[in-house]
Amino acid sequence: MSDDLFRYVLRLADDHLVLGQRLGEWCGQAPSLEEDLALANIGLDCLGQARALYTYAGKVEGKGRDEDALAFLRPEREYCNALLVEQANRDFAWAIARQFYFSAFMLPFWRAMAKSGDDDLRAIAAKAEKEVAYHLRHSAEWVIRLGDGTEESRRRMIEALEELFIYTGELFEMDDVALAMVSEGVGVDASDLLDEWRRTVDGVLAEAHLEAPDAAYAQTGGRAGRHTEHLGHLLSELQYMQRAYPGLEW
Amino acid sequence: MGVVVAGALNPSNVRSRRAWDVAAAVPDPEIPVVTLADLGILRGVECNDDGAVIARVTPTYSGCPATRLIEQMVLEALKRDGFENVRVESVMSPAWTTDWITAEGREKLRAFGIAPPVKSSNSIRALFGETAVNCPLCDSGDTERISEFGSTPCKALYRCRTCLEPFDYFKCL
Ligand SMILES: [Zn+2]
Repeated sequence: MSDDLFRYVLRLADDHLVLGQRLGEWCGQAPSLEEDLALANIGLDCLGQARALYTYAGKVEGKGRDEDALAFLRPEREYCNALLVEQANRDFAWAIARQFYFSAFMLPFWRAMAKSGDDDLRAIAAKAEKEVAYHLRHSAEWVIRLGDGTEESRRRMIEALEELFIYTGELFEMDDVALAMVSEGVGVDASDLLDEWRRTVDGVLAEAHLEAPDAAYAQTGGRAGRHTEHLGHLLSELQYMQRAYPGLEW
Repeated sequence: MGVVVAGALNPSNVRSRRAWDVAAAVPDPEIPVVTLADLGILRGVECNDDGAVIARVTPTYSGCPATRLIEQMVLEALKRDGFENVRVESVMSPAWTTDWITAEGREKLRAFGIAPPVKSSNSIRALFGETAVNCPLCDSGDTERISEFGSTPCKALYRCRTCLEPFDYFKCL
């Protein structure tokens, strides 16, 4: 039970730290000052959610690892985030598509988690649900603005939505850890969220006059530590300071 | 929430009350015109029989960078007032909502030029629900949102079409 719970919480934490780091990469680089603030703020929400989740994961594990140890001292293969969130910031449309797919999933996920039998997860979820509603609205508005915008913005939005689509299936995957957590009354059955996710995505894409992508298969492996080439580069930046100067504090 | 003041004031709850007043008056570090009590993030202050003071605060947003600073400020304010053996605890549940901002807090925000949250926190579930926000400067309802995310996580950027001034809006959460 507690090992499954540890792994379950750790996944969620990894999703949010990795996505928060990707969003932080936009700081000073976004297309406008408002977007710079927006992406940094969404990244901060993700980071805050990750911190609460890591702290709880460390408590569940009971080996004295705190949020920093879990974030900065685990190698790539021990990271169990979904592949979607580690995908690189190819351009702004790419960041928006990644956020849109993820937030459209996390909103019903946190809503369901807010009814979990686990006190800590319930508290984290109640707060996160309200934050994610803003993330989804922000990214959905951009999908429409870019998709229904100029020829160039439309081309880029379509490309991002199509190429990232193969990573969305993993979000709904239910492996032994997730199933165990559902049967304990702690976790969320992600496969139940697919219909709502699809309705959100299709509704926004229709408004953007875009066709909803489909994928013949889903690229998975993140939950088991098998990542795309992007995660290692991200972690080398994220973890540099603690690797170079172990135990450094300021 | 907070201090039990029913019945005769024994020495311990006189102290509790005093401690509450001190912690409650701590200003928000990002919007110093409002206090922690105005924002509803001070959830309780207790004095134990052994003299320990425990203040409970709750974060606004998960990633609010001011959370730790706020805890530090509460700690220092209580110590400055002569309380020893002070502890500040962060409580996650129930999650903070802008519905907890007091009427006085909302008025202070408006006077400072920040439009207070207009709806109950449940209203953000609508994906494209536009919020009608009145300009805190001229009270015009003819305003538009420039950005969902402003200078701090709790604010959005708006512009007034009547007096043409930009302003911050404290988002519903
Ligand atoms: Zn005005």
